[in-house]
Amino acid sequence: MIKKNIATNEFGFVFNPATGDSFSSNPVAAEIIQLMKDNHSLNEIKKILLDKYEVDKMTIEKDVDEFVGLLKENNLLNK
Amino acid sequence: MSENKKPIVIAVTGLNAIDSPGPGVAVIRALRDGIKDPIRIIGLAYESLEPGIYMDGICDKTYQISYPAAGAEVLYQSIKFIHDKENIDVIIPNFDAELYNFITIAPRLRSLGIHSFLPSFEMFDARDKLNLYAFGKKNDLLVPKDKAIYNVYELNQIGEDFGYPLVVKGKFYEAVVAYTLEQAQKAFYKISGKWGLPIIVQQFINGTEVNIAALGDGEGNAVSIIPMKKMYITDKGKAWAGITLEDDALLDLAKKFVAATKWRGGFEIEIMKTANDELYIMEINPRFPAWIYLSAGAGQNQPAALVKIALGEKVEPFTTYDVGKLFIRYSWDHIVDVSNFQQFSAFGSL
Repeated sequence: MIKKNIATNEFGFVFNPATGDSFSSNPVAAEIIQLMKDNHSLNEIKKILLDKYEVDKMTIEKDVDEFVGLLKENNLLNK
Repeated sequence: MSENKKPIVIAVTGLNAIDSPGPGVAVIRALRDGIKDPIRIIGLAYESLEPGIYMDGICDKTYQISYPAAGAEVLYQSIKFIHDKENIDVIIPNFDAELYNFITIAPRLRSLGIHSFLPSFEMFDARDKLNLYAFGKKNDLLVPKDKAIYNVYELNQIGEDFGYPLVVKGKFYEAVVAYTLEQAQKAFYKISGKWGLPIIVQQFINGTEVNIAALGDGEGNAVSIIPMKKMYITDKGKAWAGITLEDDALLDLAKKFVAATKWRGGFEIEIMKTANDELYIMEINPRFPAWIYLSAGAGQNQPAALVKIALGEKVEPFTTYDVGKLFIRYSWDHIVDVSNFQQFSAFGSL
């Protein structure tokens, strides 16, 4: 899951205080990060997004998994 | 009627706020921000074109002093001369190359009433580039392998032992990453021509450059520790922008160094953080870094704390600081009347 100390704001700015790295994310990505910080599981997050947006399940699955891969690649997830 | 309190008079070196800056101007800014009592800053400059001499709101008065090569006695006489006019309370040297002389004369300065807060020779030598590998080994700290050499031909063997790239460093300043024997030889001649021998050849470590500015109380405790990641690095390897980090491993490293040396005063640890989160100590500088004003910006004003400790006040260790605070350095063309330049060049004070 996402590291507890990762800072985010409503504009999608993401800051990793351990490495000093910062990122810009789009509103949906910022929403996913916030849901992760609120301790929702990936399945719960996918369901929340599916209920909220007009999008099919397969696209949600693919996009969320891809995004989680990006978070991992950028050292924002717990090892 | 208001009482005119005598200002605390603080003498500071390192006014060369240039592209490879001395820390003096940053130290003075931090002192002006962090000390509530009135202060008077006496700049000590080696050259007449050090910007800090002329900048507004930095030094109240600046005197020229001789280069460290003139020796400790010349330095003592210079400081005594200035002290007779200015009544200095605290002195903060900011260059590696001048520290040996300042540590030598510190007891005599104390007899004059001038306080300082400097490491001992033993502490100073432990972190010397020539001894750092052994120090790391003894204290369980990661330090890249290195070797001091006096002859360019020694590079042949070291190249085989360490492999390329490797880092060629001067005794006090400058470091070049060499990817071939020819580049290493060129760096050897260039750096030894400027800073003398030996040249230190160091194993190259790949990673992210992180620096720590800290203040040791002389009893094994760190009063303040601020870790910073370099975000923009100049061609001289200096941080032009940086950001404070939250990383317990970095804080622990600084605490370990302070506990091992009982460091007294400010210092900077230069670290290479590898992809596997190993923290290699590349260098330990025995004074505040040029980016020390960030410590004030992040809530732990190290220069102001040093002055208080030097004057005998008890300063409790800081416990928090702002993470994600940036510094961004800038250059500025300061306009100076030639009469000021002439005054300093001809008479040695302004």
